[in-house]
Amino acid sequence: MTMLAFLSDFTIQNVMAGAALLGIVSGVLGSFAVLRKQSLLGDTLSHAALPGICIGFLIAGVRDLPVLLAGALVTGAVAALLMVALTRTTRLKTDAGLGIALSLSFAVGIVLLTHIQATGGAGHGGLESFLFGQAAAILRSDIYVMAAIGAVALALVMAFWKEFKLVSFDPDYARTLGLPVLALDVTITVTIALAVVIGLQMVGVVLMAAMVVAPAAAARQWSNRLGTMVALAALFGMASGLFGALVSATARGLSTGPLIVLAASAIVLVSLAIAPGRGMVWEWLQRLKDRRALPSRRVLSTLYRLAAEHGNPAYPAEQTMLDAYHGTSTARGLERLKARGLVARAAHAPEFTPHWVLTPSGITEAEALLGHPNEDENQ
Amino acid sequence: MIAAFFADPGAMIVLTGALVGIAASLVGTFLVLRGTSLLSDAISHSIVFGIIIVWLLTRQTAGPVQIAGAALTGVLTVFLTETLSATGRVKSDAAIGLVFPALFSIGVLLINIYARDVHIDEHTVLLGEIGFVWLDTTELFGLHVPEAVIWMSVLTLANLLYISLFYKELKLATFDPALAKALGFAPVAVFYGLLALTSGTAVAAFDAVGAILFIAFVIVPPSAAYLLTDRLSLMLVYGALIAIASSLTGYWLAVWLNVSIAGMMAVMTGVALLLAFLFGPRYGLIAQSRRRHAQTAANACRALAVHLYNHEDSPSRSEENVAEALREHLHWSEPRARDVLLRALDQGLVIRTGNLLELTEKGRATAREILEPWSHLGDQA
Repeated sequence: MTMLAFLSDFTIQNVMAGAALLGIVSGVLGSFAVLRKQSLLGDTLSHAALPGICIGFLIAGVRDLPVLLAGALVTGAVAALLMVALTRTTRLKTDAGLGIALSLSFAVGIVLLTHIQATGGAGHGGLESFLFGQAAAILRSDIYVMAAIGAVALALVMAFWKEFKLVSFDPDYARTLGLPVLALDVTITVTIALAVVIGLQMVGVVLMAAMVVAPAAAARQWSNRLGTMVALAALFGMASGLFGALVSATARGLSTGPLIVLAASAIVLVSLAIAPGRGMVWEWLQRLKDRRALPSRRVLSTLYRLAAEHGNPAYPAEQTMLDAYHGTSTARGLERLKARGLVARAAHAPEFTPHWVLTPSGITEAEALLGHPNEDENQ
Repeated sequence: MIAAFFADPGAMIVLTGALVGIAASLVGTFLVLRGTSLLSDAISHSIVFGIIIVWLLTRQTAGPVQIAGAALTGVLTVFLTETLSATGRVKSDAAIGLVFPALFSIGVLLINIYARDVHIDEHTVLLGEIGFVWLDTTELFGLHVPEAVIWMSVLTLANLLYISLFYKELKLATFDPALAKALGFAPVAVFYGLLALTSGTAVAAFDAVGAILFIAFVIVPPSAAYLLTDRLSLMLVYGALIAIASSLTGYWLAVWLNVSIAGMMAVMTGVALLLAFLFGPRYGLIAQSRRRHAQTAANACRALAVHLYNHEDSPSRSEENVAEALREHLHWSEPRARDVLLRALDQGLVIRTGNLLELTEKGRATAREILEPWSHLGDQA
């Protein structure tokens, strides 16, 4: 199959459109979840979607996607409410609240799922695909539903951009400005739930958590600006979605969801390593450089202090004395300083051992290093 | 008779469920108290990775190797999570959300590639099937005991042993990790041991209840117990009792309604939590609201005493210290004024002389306690 024929395949077009949609929306909304330290809310919301899907099926009687997803949205909201109620009115902490809402709604979902299976109905076959996602089963009409939900979610973010931003970074300030913080919290949570709902068919309830966290966590490394971060998260989400969809379509038998999640995880790893400013590789290199520069800096400041102590800018310090003072050989550090023109070799008759003096540029460098000009020293 | 017990599928299912619940809630108690209960979520997902790796190496789907492998995977998950958040570039909650889906995904893909035809697929791992535990039996002391029961008993005993041996260390490491460290109790090591046991329990339990319902058994019974008691030892006992009760009632309901047994057991732990949430003796909603009402009423009585005390020796006494004045001067509605007055009369703070309300000695002391707290302290000294 040629690439063109492959790409014009109807199913593959569907899958790619769905994966891209999912990536964009979950990247955008995930950014808010991650910044608000609610990364695992996505996990709870996606598990809580299962009973909703089952209830939607019981109501509609067939696998009617809008009804199923509406059910998922409702039970997601109920689980989020349960979480808030438990943590606000009892001494249970957020983690327990999330875990309780997650596991209990999933349990209810399993009970309902087995109930649907037991009472028969040929249509139930489609429901289990929500557990792990079944990208290949996505229909064109499903794509339209997902696109509509995604449009609503993105429209909400655009409409409340300023408010979401303020509530995410400084809820107390938002409250003093008279913003309805609680209502905005609820709106953000519902919008995240919308994003989760889009991904259910694609990656399933179990892995949706990663789609909320990973693109946003990766984007966070590249920018300190919310706008840039959200745009990057959307891009990363879309890229991992497309990658996962393409690979699972070409390599038979590999599940789409795990592939998408692994692609997103790889982007996170790369971002952690090389993102400008925050990347660990840069930090590691800088530390290496510092470690290598440290001995010569210490020698330089010792020379400076000796000169200051003796009131003689050209005080010749004996190398063996410097060695003894530092408890280690200073030869390499001195050579390095000499190469930079900061110190010079000096003779100090009648001794024959090597001596070192600071050059004028060495004095300037040492003062910059010690953080105070010479006058302070004398005061 | 014992043979009959072990041959009864229903009894075996309930027993397995109860053992899963007890083992999980024992370790879960400490996770919930530490505020790290979502690690059970992470662990129970990422053992899929451990299970397939161990299967690729040894071709065993159950047994001690699998349990050890899972314990290692669990520790690896937590280690990766903590390493990731220690870089300071990702918050700890996001770190959990990054690590376990990645491990889970690798596990699922490995299953896709290598283990298509084997009896490990992600459905079994995630959902389990407690209804079939009585099918796989092993001969033990001349009895046919289900393997799940054996392994869950082993893990329950191991958890119990670990907690009994390190009770003091666990308690201190949970409530005051800094002090535990200062005293040389190695709180980190104690905690990793607990997580290794959690992982082992998860893999022994996944055949029966699956990975996600396992989370319910880890988090929900201890949370319910936490709403019932302040004592750690009682919390462990209550958690186990709730697990047993949920297993029993969940089984009956599931059979009656013909739905997933493990799912129903997990739902029943939720019912236990709901009951504790509503009727808990100190932290339950009802107890909380009763306490608030009692406090409001006591406050009103004190306000009344202060009001009467302030006007006791003033010329306006006959106007102020009468029942009608309370409505205007304290802005109380008629029924509220009556309630408070009745309560104050009941408690002997006030007596009625004709129309006039007079403070008793006790009432005067109550008012002085608020207006002149120093005199009250002086009395005691």
